[in-house]
Amino acid sequence: MDALNPDYVFVFLLAGFLGFQLIKKVSPLLHSPLMSLTNAIAAVVIVGAIAVTGEAGATPLARTLGFIAVFCATVNLVSGFMITDRMLKMFKRKGS
Amino acid sequence: MDAFVPWSAIIASGLFILSLYWMSHPTTARRGVRAGEVGMLVAILGALVHHEVVSYDLILIAMVAGTAVGVPMALLMPMTAIPQRTAISHAFGALAVGLIGAAEYYKHARPEFAGGFVLWTLMFEMLLGFLTCTASVVAFGKLQELLPGKALVFPGQRIVNGGVALAALVVAVLIALDPTRTALFPLFVALALAFGVLLVIPIGGADMPTVIALLNSYAGLAASAMGFALGNKLLIVAGALDGASGFILAVIMCKAMNRSFANVMFGGFGAVAAGAAGGKDDRVVRSASAEEAAMQMENASSVVIIPGYGMAVSQAQHKVSELYQALTKKGVDVKFAIHPVAGRMPGHMNVLLAEANVPYEQLVELDDVNPDMPQTDVALIIGANDTINPAARDDPKCGIAGMPIIEADRAKSVFVIKRSMASGFAGVDNPIYFNSNTQMLFGDAKEMVGSIAKELAGGGSGLGH
Repeated sequence: MDALNPDYVFVFLLAGFLGFQLIKKVSPLLHSPLMSLTNAIAAVVIVGAIAVTGEAGATPLARTLGFIAVFCATVNLVSGFMITDRMLKMFKRKGS
Repeated sequence: MDAFVPWSAIIASGLFILSLYWMSHPTTARRGVRAGEVGMLVAILGALVHHEVVSYDLILIAMVAGTAVGVPMALLMPMTAIPQRTAISHAFGALAVGLIGAAEYYKHARPEFAGGFVLWTLMFEMLLGFLTCTASVVAFGKLQELLPGKALVFPGQRIVNGGVALAALVVAVLIALDPTRTALFPLFVALALAFGVLLVIPIGGADMPTVIALLNSYAGLAASAMGFALGNKLLIVAGALDGASGFILAVIMCKAMNRSFANVMFGGFGAVAAGAAGGKDDRVVRSASAEEAAMQMENASSVVIIPGYGMAVSQAQHKVSELYQALTKKGVDVKFAIHPVAGRMPGHMNVLLAEANVPYEQLVELDDVNPDMPQTDVALIIGANDTINPAARDDPKCGIAGMPIIEADRAKSVFVIKRSMASGFAGVDNPIYFNSNTQMLFGDAKEMVGSIAKELAGGGSGLGH
């Protein structure tokens, strides 16, 4: 069971390639909001943090580490999405 | 409810991909944020309903506390502080990854996991996570000016860095081979954290765009590695998207400086900045007043404004916008030429100008603006230096040779707003200041631009008639 699952490599490969293609198309205008958006998306590690904190039989140490991780990830995803939106709201066309 | 778990991951992955897809253009970008938010919500719900999760108290407390910190952070953060916020958010993200890895390690600290795939992956993930965490904190400190922004170099630095990196790797291997060596674990964490600090202290402030992008990439890769260790495809996808994004931005930044990753990370660039090139100058510098600048711009048919980090430092973007409005009202065509590494993070200038209500169609990239420079009547340089230094193009021996520049010197006349004659980040002398078509406007960017705008707007001044 404790071995590399080739499926994961497959997923990583495709997602990485897709990521390159998508990011290349992002206008340089938006590189700052892009960074805060991807940062917010990477905060999906909260999924792992939730499992570590809440699973049956978690040790007090694991629960403490998980607690901090959930906190950090929440800060990132909340502020990340909100600040990205705040930045994007400012990008206006002429005469609008 | 468990049937929802795999679907939540699939839906969330799809929405994250759409989120980046819509991010490509300002007209659809906000939709991208919505997609990302919904994806995140679905992912979190999927994690919460998983049958293995039995206790919710701590999770909910942490989420409420995180929201209580995150919301004011997002609402109150001034736009000039965006680079710092980005750096510190990488630290938060990487810390979360590191801590989850640590909790997972303790679960796996049993002989039957020795040398297994999960342990190797966890060690890699934690190394990346912890070093990104402290590296981002140092980057934050430099951007917030809590630490000196200049590159900090000391003798034997490479040996020390290499030694710490090697030690961290050796300890990681020892733990992966025998996870019951729990006494080594704190040492491993300490080494990884120390390496992160050492990695960023020799990097100067103006290289921060590349560093922030690289750290973004590391944080993504660490998340992806965690996905491998936990067997979570959603984390693999999200981490790979983030990793690709940071990597591409870092490549763009390096290309825009004609430098390699290795040179940015280990070059100690800018350590000797300022002062080195000063003094002993008998070349002639022409200086002008705000009135003279206003008069020339008023009579021009095209003006290109080239902002740099100096605009951010003096918070001049709103005055720059006033100048833009005043010139546009007089029928002058105004464009903004944005160098990819202007400022302290990718896209820094664009955000500041957007904040000040400059329409984004007026913001032009390096490659698009250079062909128009010879036909441009006035180039106005605000707090930019290395990005407009013609020596990069003309002098193959100078420190920034080959760096793509905005060719402001080709404009018919050039105004440079600058506080003094000190050289830029790279410590390279800038011949543009001594050109016969250049006039210097000495002073603070905000005040100087403000007085030019006032001259233009205040019709009663009787200028240029």
